[in-house]
Formats: sequence, C-alpha cells, structure tokens
Amino acid sequence: MATEALGWWGVPLAIAAGMMRGGTPFLFVSLGECLTEKSGKINLGLEGTLLMGAMSAYAISYLTGSPWLGVIAAGLAGVIFGLIHGWLSQQPRVNDVAVGIAMIIFGSGIAFFLGKPFIQPSAPQLATINLGAWSSLPPVQSALQISPLFLLGVAIAPLMHWFFQSTRWGLFIRAVGDSPEAARAMGVSIFKVRMLSVVAGSFLAGIGGASLSLYYPGLWSERVSSGQGLMAVALVIFAHWNPIQCLWASLLFGGAQALGPALQSVGIEQGYYLFNAAPYVLTLLIMIITCSPKRTLSGAPGALGTDT
Amino acid sequence: MSNRKLLHLSRRQVIRGLLATTAFGITARFGTGCSSAEGGGGATDQVTMGFIYVGPKDDYGYNQAHAEGAAGVVESFDWVKIVEEASVPETTAVEESMRSMIDIDGATVLFPTSFGYFDPHILKLAEEYPDVQFFHCGGLYQEGTHPVNVASYFGYIDEAQYIAGIVAAHTSKTGKLGFIGAKPIPQVLRNINSFTLGARSVKPEVTTQAIFTGDWALPVKEAEAANSMADQGIDVLTCHVDSPKVVMETAEKRGIFSSGYHADQTALAPKGYLTGAEWDWTSVYSKIAEDIHAGKNLMDGSIPHILRGGLAEGFWKLSEYGPAVSEQAKQDAEAAKAAFMDGSMVIYNGEIKDNTGAVVVEASQSLKQQDPVLEQMNYLVEGVIGSVAS
Amino acid sequence: MVAHRKTLESICIPVGALAFSLVLFGAFCAAAGANPFGVYASIWKAAFGSWSTFQNTLIRASPLMLSALCTALPARLGLVIIGNEGALVVGGLGAVAAGLALSTAPPTVVQIGMALAGMAAGGLWIGAVGALRHYRAVNETISSLLMNYIAIALLNHLVGGPMRDPSSLNKPSTYPIAEINMLGSIPGTRIHYGLIYGLIACAIAYFLIQRTTFGFAARTAGGNIRAARIAGLPVGKLTMAICFLAGSCAGLAGMVEVAAVHGRANESLNANYGYGGILVAFIARHNPLAAALVSIMLGGILASGGILQRSHNLPDATVLVFQGLVFLVVLFSESLYGKFAIFKEPIVKAPSAPAVTAVV
Repeated sequence: MATEALGWWGVPLAIAAGMMRGGTPFLFVSLGECLTEKSGKINLGLEGTLLMGAMSAYAISYLTGSPWLGVIAAGLAGVIFGLIHGWLSQQPRVNDVAVGIAMIIFGSGIAFFLGKPFIQPSAPQLATINLGAWSSLPPVQSALQISPLFLLGVAIAPLMHWFFQSTRWGLFIRAVGDSPEAARAMGVSIFKVRMLSVVAGSFLAGIGGASLSLYYPGLWSERVSSGQGLMAVALVIFAHWNPIQCLWASLLFGGAQALGPALQSVGIEQGYYLFNAAPYVLTLLIMIITCSPKRTLSGAPGALGTDT
Repeated sequence: MSNRKLLHLSRRQVIRGLLATTAFGITARFGTGCSSAEGGGGATDQVTMGFIYVGPKDDYGYNQAHAEGAAGVVESFDWVKIVEEASVPETTAVEESMRSMIDIDGATVLFPTSFGYFDPHILKLAEEYPDVQFFHCGGLYQEGTHPVNVASYFGYIDEAQYIAGIVAAHTSKTGKLGFIGAKPIPQVLRNINSFTLGARSVKPEVTTQAIFTGDWALPVKEAEAANSMADQGIDVLTCHVDSPKVVMETAEKRGIFSSGYHADQTALAPKGYLTGAEWDWTSVYSKIAEDIHAGKNLMDGSIPHILRGGLAEGFWKLSEYGPAVSEQAKQDAEAAKAAFMDGSMVIYNGEIKDNTGAVVVEASQSLKQQDPVLEQMNYLVEGVIGSVAS
Repeated sequence: MVAHRKTLESICIPVGALAFSLVLFGAFCAAAGANPFGVYASIWKAAFGSWSTFQNTLIRASPLMLSALCTALPARLGLVIIGNEGALVVGGLGAVAAGLALSTAPPTVVQIGMALAGMAAGGLWIGAVGALRHYRAVNETISSLLMNYIAIALLNHLVGGPMRDPSSLNKPSTYPIAEINMLGSIPGTRIHYGLIYGLIACAIAYFLIQRTTFGFAARTAGGNIRAARIAGLPVGKLTMAICFLAGSCAGLAGMVEVAAVHGRANESLNANYGYGGILVAFIARHNPLAAALVSIMLGGILASGGILQRSHNLPDATVLVFQGLVFLVVLFSESLYGKFAIFKEPIVKAPSAPAVTAVV
C-alpha cells in the first residue's frame, strides 16, 4: 500500500483517467443523442433516461447479482422512454424540446421513486479490464482500470460513423433528418425512421446510465448524473453530429470533470467553480468560432429544430 | 415553428388556461368525501412534530441521519406523532411546508433541518406563529434579535473528527491525510481543523489535504477528488459532504483507508474503514420531545435557545474501529474520548496558527467547544493544505 | 354558430387531458399503495381548498410566470430559448448589486434600481444569446442551455468569494439588502409583489405581441425569416429586442427572489424555476395570458407535493411523477385538435372523419 506521490504528474494522469471513467456516460449519451438528432429530432429527455438507466442497472445488478443483466435492464428502460418520446414528439403540434423537458421531470421522478430502496445497498459492479499491470505505480494501475462499457462505446463510435456513411439505413436516417420531403419521396416512413432512431438513441443513453451506477462513480444516488444528460446535447453540437468526434468530445468533457479536483490536490485552490464551468464555456466558444451565418454548421441535420 | 398558430390563438388559449385551472380543482373535488381519516383526534397530550429535509430522506448521509433520529423518537414515545417532508428547497417552498404542517397537520414543534432554512424563512414563520416552537439545526440563535420561539441545535461532531484524526495519523503510512469538503464554510472548516489537530496531536508532521467540490452532492466530483488524492499518496480519506458513500467506496477500491461521516459506513469499506463520526439525533430529538411533553417550552426559557453538545451530551457517537486500527491507536483514541466525556479536553487550545502562518488562537486563549467564536471559523490550521477562498 | 364548437373543443381537450392525467396519477398512487381518492382530496385541499392554501399555490406560481415569458416571447420569433434559469440567476445578482450600491437612497428608488438592474442583467444575458443567433448563427437552444451552467457557476463563484458577506457563515451569501428596501406582501395576504409583477408582465407581453406593430413584425419574422428580410423587417434588431425583453422578464423574477424572498443572493436562487417556466411556456403555447394560468396550475401541483408526503406516505419523488404525467398528457392533447368529429363545424359534414387515434 506504499503509494508514491505523483506531484504535478497527477494532473495529467487524473485527466486521462477522468476521460475514460467520467467520459463513458457522456460517450453513450452523446452517441444516442447524435443518432436521434441525425433523424431530425432533439431529445432533451436523455437526462431522465440516464437517471432511469443508472437506477435500473443498479437495482437489477443488486437483485440478480449480475451486473451485465443490469446493463441490459438499463438499455430496456431506455427503450421504454425512447418509445414514449419518439411517439409523443412526432404528434402534430407537439414540440420535441417541450416533450424532452417533461420527460426529464417524469423520468427522474420515476427513477427516484423506484430507486429509493437501492440507495443504501451495494450492488455488484462491472468487472474492469486492468491494462495497468505493467506499471508498479498504483495510481497508474488504477487509472488504467478500464470499463468494458468504455471499450464498447469506443467501438460503437466508428461503427455508427460507418453506419451513417455507408449503409442504406444510415442514408435513410440522414435523409429524414436533412430533408423530410426528399425522404418521403424516396418512400421512407419518416415516422418509423425517427421512432427507431429515438429508441436506439435512448437505449444507448440507458447504457450510459449503467456506466454511472455500475462503473464510475459506481453507486445509485439521486444526484448521480448532475446534468450530464443535458450536457450531452451540447456535446453533440460540439462534435458536429459526427460520432467519431463525439468520442473525442466525450473524452474532453470527462477529463474536464477531473480538472478541478486534480488542480486542488496539487495546490491550485481558487476558482474551482469557474474550473467546473470550463466545459460549458469551451463549448460555447467553439460554437461561436465555428458557426457562421453564411453557412450552416457542417453535419447539422437540416430538419433539426423545425416542426416538420 | 410555423405561422399557423398566429390566428385563432388568443381566445382559445386563454379559455383553455382558465379551464385548466378550475377543472384541476373540480376533478380533485370528487375525492373530497372519501378521506376523513387524516388529521384530527388523538390523545390530548399528543405532540405533533414536523421534520423538513432539504434532500431525500435516504441519502446515506446528512438527511438520513436526521430522518433516522425522527423515526427513533416515534419508536420511543407513543405520544409523539411526526409529519415529514423531504426534498424541500430553501425558498418560499419551505415557508409553505412549515405553514401546512402547522395549519393542516397541527404540528406544534418543527425541525427544519437544513442550515439555509433559517434566515429568512424560519425567522419569518416564527414571528407569524408565536405558539409554535422552531428548532433549527446548525444556525446561531441571537438573543434579542431572533424570535423567542426559535432555538438552534447542533453537535460538536468535530470532537469525533478529532478522534478520527488520531486514528488516521496512527494508521497512515505516508503521513498524508485527505479531506473532501463541499464548501469552505465554518462547519466544514471546523471538521477539517479538528481532524488535523487530532492527527497532529499524535504525529506533528502529518498533513491534511483539503479539496472542496463546490456542492453538497456531486458524486462524480467526489470520486475524482478521492482518486486525485490517492494519486498524490494520501492514504486516509474522510469527508464532509451530504452523502459520503462514494468517497468510502472509492477509497476502498483504491486500497486506502477511510473514515466515515454522518452515519456508519463500515459496510461500504470492510477493509479500509477506520472509524467514523456519526450523528446521534435520536437522543437529541428524544430529549427535546420529552421536555416539550413535560410542558417546558422555549418561550418561557425552560428549554434553552442554544442547544449544543458533544459526546457527553449524546450528540455524536463513533463507529466501531475497523480491522486496520492498531492497539496503540485505539488506546489514544479512547483516552481522547474519555477526556471529551469528562470535559477536560479542549481542542482549540492556543497557540494555534493557520496555514498561512497567522496566529488564530492566541497562546493565552483556550477556546472551549461552546465558544461561539468557533462557529465563525474562517481559517485552516497549520498542517492543512488548502485554501478557504472558493 | 361557427365559433361555439371551436370554443367547446378548446375547453374539452385540456380539461379532458387534465382529467386523464389525474386518472393516470391516481392509478400510479394506487399501485404505490395509496388511496387515489384520498390523494385527489389532498391535492385539492393543499392547492386550492381554501384561501390560505390557494395563496401557497399563487406564491409558487409567481416566479414561474416571469420565467415562462423568457421562453414564450422568443418563441414568437421561432426561437426556442431555455436559458431561463441563467437569466434568473444573473438577474438576481444584478438586483443585489444594485440594492447594495444604492443602499442609502430612498426605498422606492432602491427598489426601482434593483428591478432595472435585474432586468438589464437578465436582458443582456439572453440578449447575448439572440446576438449570437443573429450574427454567428449559434443555435439559441444550446447556447442558452450552456449559459445556464455558466450563470450558476458565476453565482457560486461570486457568492463564495468576491461578493461574500463574511458573516454569512454556513450558507455563503452576498451582503443582505436593507430590510426597508425589501418588497413587501400584497396587503391582506402573504403573497409578495412578485405575483403582481408576473401578472402585469404577462399582460404587457400579450399586448405587445398581439396588439402592436412590433409584435406583428416579430410574429411575421417568426413565420418566415427570409420573407421577413425581403419585406424589409430588421430581423437582427427584432431578435435582439425580443431576446432582451425575454431575458429581462426572467431577470425580474430573479430580482423578486432577491428583493421579496431571500434579501440576498445565494445558491437558493437556483431553484428550478427556469425549467418549470419552459414547460409552462410550451403548455401555454407561448401565449402570455395562458402562461399566467398554467403557472397557477403548476403552482398548485408543486403546492400539493408536501401533502402527498405527509398524509399519504408517498416519497418526495411522487410530485415529480405527477408533474411529468400532467405535462406529457397535456402536451399530447395538443395533437388532438381537429381530430374529434363532434367538434367539427356541422356545415363541413366531413366525409372522412379521422379516427381518434390516427397517427399522422
């Protein structure tokens, strides 16, 4: 247990570890949101889905003793919420932003309500893959305890990119998101495509919740997400609706969460509230720099934010 | 957004809104006849106590400790009835909750347990309801300025942190301890300082790293803070946040020691848990309930307005020592405990310097726990690495 | 008569939606082991049952009215702004700064100063969102969401450091504004003047949007930006003006929280009035007068949260479920207009009355 101090090296290490640990939920939620938005709908309700996923994963893992069953339960909870959102937000005169906010309230309400008995117990956690065995330093070993969910997310990102670029279904989704009229002319059912996109996106967000409760920080409490689901919506725009860039952006946001505490641990004590706000400021700045009234944002689905 | 809603909109919308409100009431009215079981009745000497929590009742921390205290009172006395409300924000909402407890449920004693309820909310209600007694956790009652039906209670749980510091210093191999706090406020600073003073009373070279997360419940930040400290070679962690679960579990995962807060967290860290500072609100609430049942009250001064206490008064208890605690550590800890019990121990005994080198307690001073100066603490003592600025 | 059936429709659909959501919630409570009829009775008692409890509802409704306008006004331009929370927070900060700076002036001056400062701060905050939208084409929904987090961090930073009153011990706060400068209650009630501000703001906003050329221009631009440009409307100025007004309404809500409730700025400013306001605006379909009434409905739901815990042993999350159900069902009910044959004007004699559950 003789741990050596890392000093300033602790900051980059903490950020690197934070990227992988804290970035995993961002990764899943942002991939889910990316898929949803590509089809032309926005789902702010993923915050509620994330909480519901975290709660169901923890509860099922505790009740059955199998964390992977928990992950599946989280995904299924996501599917149910996705069905509600996908169906409701496609009714005439119903705005998807409004449904999303109502779903945050409803989803967190259900998750808190059902989650009461699971705050106290400790549920079995997902086993980690330890890539740090080569190092003699415990901090490095700990930082390289990688969640299989993180690897899964890393694998899904290029897969989704390929899916959008090179498959027929990917083309349908992009067509529906970019110009619904053209898609309709192609004979694609806009309702079905959007429904499937929202449901699949919500499924991923549910898994993101499982990563919160079964990997890091590894517990169920009502404050476990603290706004990460909402942030993922901004993250997708930061990533220009590109799944691979969602991966980088999630790592960045995950690392940013570790920045404040890591700086304090090496003696930079002041301004932690401002450090904590760093990801938001950064996203805003990048949006200001990359957006322009002359052209639309590259990758932005044309129908996003319209009532079509 | 299209322009189709521009027309035909005003009248329809307004009528709709209007009806929405009335209909809401009318539909609810259908049920009126069916429930008369609530409220009313009961023995003549029944005391109805209202408890208000700022977060969920089962957070494995601050709110849960109070809720368990409340439940303990009901168990002990059959003449006590409690009404509870959780997740009440520190806004007009808490005023309305207190009012409903008084007007609808007939509560005569209220325990709004969050610090932020005090000013202005409790003070406002206390003036409005002079016959209801308000016991507030953590605030500082000021004779003459505040209404006479208000009291403030809090425990010197930093005594327990002092003992936890002794145990931590004995157990630590690196001599570096870590403390994760929510905000640099007096209650938190006092715990950090007492923990450090306790540790340095047995090993003067020990340091405590303080990290503030910025809010009372931020599980991801708390886990990051715990990991950062472990990376820096810190091998005993304790905390003052609403729910210490994540800190205890992260410490256990990292193979370092932990010391609990608010409630017993042994189960979360079976290997590394050393001891912990636990509230014992049941004893406090039972005492107040008995006083009130016996006809005492705040208004005539038969119950004091400032209720404070430490180990001797039963405000806190210590978790069982974990397996890693040495005999020597136990001996020193028990000795300190005995000194707290008989009142001979003074934690803030001059001269004490803060971590910038300024003297904060003069050599001639010996600040007893009851000293209100300690409740305004705004420094970190020598040996703490950290800053009180946010 | 042509209008009657339409009116009837606009009465029946929301009433039906509310009734249906109450049935759903009753079923939920029954599943949780509470008597649904007892629950209805309690909700009624706690929210509307007597003048005293109705005041509770109104107190909770007043910040929502002002906050809702922050979403409702820009919606007329086709902008979806969700930065209510942030504007409210900076409005509160601005108000407290003004209140402290003017502390020696007569109370009326201080109060006006605080209101103006709060409105200016909130207005500039959302005005910036509008400017970014117009000059840089930055998506206003996302930028306003980000600005919420930035505002809250700013509040925490200022309250914990530069603006902190050292005597605010365990709850870091700014220095308090003097008691004499606080907004009082409406005589004979315990409701603070925020309710009046909210009602007046809603009325003004309604008048502005529906009855003035400015409002007409905004609505036109909201219908079709390109057409509005061709018609020579100053779209940029309109955007920023509307966003400024929207932000100043939320800023005023922040000022009311400071000047009528807390007397100082601290983390309690961030009490979810923002997100509540967004929902109110959408449910009211961005009509300011309807927003006032929907606020009262939401106030009633919030007011009933306590009694569900106290009298029915339901956990604190129940009120969230209740709120969520009501909003989801009411949002859904929007899609039902024109779907019931009974509300069709008889002259039309629609040959193919669409089925109730038809999906477009």
